[in-house]
Amino acid sequence: MLNIKNLHAKVEDKEILKGLNLNVKAGEVHAIMGPNGSGKSTLANVLAGKNGYEVTKGSVEYEGKDLLELAPEERAWAGVFLAFQYPVEIPGVNNVYLLKAAVNAIRKNRGEQELDAVEFLALVKEKMKLVKMKEDLLNRAVNEGFSGGEKKRNEIFQMAVLEPKLAILDETDSGLDIDALKIVAEGVNSLRSPERSIILVTHYQRLLDYIKPDHVHVLSNGKIIKSGGPELALELEEKGYDWLEEIEAA
Amino acid sequence: MSQDQMNNNIQHYLNDFEQLDDNVKSDWFSEQRKSALNLFKETGFPRTRQENWKYTDTRPIAKKSFSYTNNQSVSISTEEIDAIRFQGLDCYELVFVNGVYSKEHSRIDGLPEGTVIENMADALAKDSELLKKHLAQYADNKVSPFTALNTAFIQHGTYIDVPKNTVIEKPINVLYLSKESAKPFAAHTRNLIVMSEHSEATLIESYIGLDDANYFTNTVTEVSLAPSAILKHYKIQQESLNAYHIGNLNVVQGKDSRFESNSISLGGSLVRNDINGQLAAEGASIVMNGLYMTNNKQHVDNHTRVDHLKPNTHSSENYRGVLNGKSRAVFNGKVVVHPQAQKIEAHQNNANLLLSDDAEIDTKPELEIYADDVKCSHGATVGQLDQNMLFYLRSRAIDEETAKSLLTYAFADEVIRDISFAPVKNRLEYLIVGRLPDADLIREFTNE
Repeated sequence: MLNIKNLHAKVEDKEILKGLNLNVKAGEVHAIMGPNGSGKSTLANVLAGKNGYEVTKGSVEYEGKDLLELAPEERAWAGVFLAFQYPVEIPGVNNVYLLKAAVNAIRKNRGEQELDAVEFLALVKEKMKLVKMKEDLLNRAVNEGFSGGEKKRNEIFQMAVLEPKLAILDETDSGLDIDALKIVAEGVNSLRSPERSIILVTHYQRLLDYIKPDHVHVLSNGKIIKSGGPELALELEEKGYDWLEEIEAA
Repeated sequence: MSQDQMNNNIQHYLNDFEQLDDNVKSDWFSEQRKSALNLFKETGFPRTRQENWKYTDTRPIAKKSFSYTNNQSVSISTEEIDAIRFQGLDCYELVFVNGVYSKEHSRIDGLPEGTVIENMADALAKDSELLKKHLAQYADNKVSPFTALNTAFIQHGTYIDVPKNTVIEKPINVLYLSKESAKPFAAHTRNLIVMSEHSEATLIESYIGLDDANYFTNTVTEVSLAPSAILKHYKIQQESLNAYHIGNLNVVQGKDSRFESNSISLGGSLVRNDINGQLAAEGASIVMNGLYMTNNKQHVDNHTRVDHLKPNTHSSENYRGVLNGKSRAVFNGKVVVHPQAQKIEAHQNNANLLLSDDAEIDTKPELEIYADDVKCSHGATVGQLDQNMLFYLRSRAIDEETAKSLLTYAFADEVIRDISFAPVKNRLEYLIVGRLPDADLIREFTNE
């Protein structure tokens, strides 16, 4: 599904990613953990195609295509979804209309029939239950006046409606209380499928109590310094990141 | 153009004045006309060395010989008017064609008792005390030569008199339509709205060019609000892209009265809108919302001035601009808080979106405060589309062009979305979207 080789990326002339390798197969859930400043969000943004991130070396192959060649919307059409760490508020753009336009843009670019209003509404109703999304949030402007938890829930709701093949969740757990975290995690779990890969980018282990990853990677100073199974996350929780970073430095 | 040439170009207005028919010349207003004309003769067109006209050069208007039209030389069909009417808006309606009142197309039946809505020419002919009391009392000929010129030629326009305790539920929709005529024409439309105590009304002035004719609209609107009167005013400017539009709105407000202005400027080659609000008694409040969208080589200048003359008065202003192409816009918002005007509130904001490298905005908020217990704020921003918003939309499968249009629409719509008459709001949103690339796509988005 996704094959990242020796990825180097700069932000404003500062090298953040320094040779990152990652291979994600269809149906797998990968957790990428690391301390602040290790490059987690840079990785998420590079994969989604945000401006201002310059890839200086390496490659990212997604379903056999060069992902880095694609514009952000082309990545979305191809099934890539980024759940933002800080979802932006967009006054004047209605949440549910955006979602309908997104669904139909994706369908159109895949040569599928666009959904009419009735079909779309049925889809929305079904997915709302997954993340216990409140109906009034649907008809508001995108994220405008949403609480931190509501914003994150909206991201997962969008993910549920758009049904991506590759979902990247950038610190979706940050700023959530335990109840909201459970709801978001349940939503993500319900979206696990053999065709869908999920990359969880997180600082803390606690999200992984609710979403069990197949693989855990530790990102430090722009590289993955250790990979393992779910048990690696527990070990990190116990010993902290310093433990690994010291081994790396040695 | 030199000063002499400019003065020469006044001559044809003087000639036109001589041609005003006797009926108009001999009315009770003739002395005021003459003095206004003399004033215009002395001052001529404004010049950019005058602070008030610093960014707006009116020489293109001065250069041309726009003639005064007294007779309706062009006809217009009901179908043409139907096409631009607000769909589904139950309203009173006045129609003017090339500055001349069209009785045939106007609909003003069933007014509340005592209410008068009529063509200014008819009001002038009646020699009424009320008209004498109010006409040309609020728009100052000395402030703008265009106002003086307008006063000299007062004939057609909207006259509204709403008596005490009268609420006019239906909006009053005035269509000032223009189309190509044999000679480039000037329409010196003059409007007067007199609202008595505790009266309420909504007035929509639409200036619409039906083709790409070159003409000159020089319109002046005077509004008098008695205590506790409320007027909601909409001005929708969609002149031809070859037209010149100078619009001057003056409102004087009594105790606890409320004036709400919504000024939308979409058309015109050279446009100047002035709004002057005088909060002349305690508790008076004024709200001014504005939107200007410019493209190509359009030039749109919005000047507003609010005078807080008495304590406990409120003003708030929110103007937004979307500039594209090589267009230029000017925003000058002046708030003057007079010495005795304590405990007032004045807020002002002007936000601009520049969509091209060649567009230019000159924005200037001006606060003059001579009282010490006041709450005032002002701000002006000039920027491009928010990159984080743009990325968010694109990551949600919206292509770049559509995302840009959508964000531009959202920016502009802030001024429109709270308009309470759905047919007006829908029409404006339709017009705004029409100005954007990918209009059809955005329409799908917004008109569900």
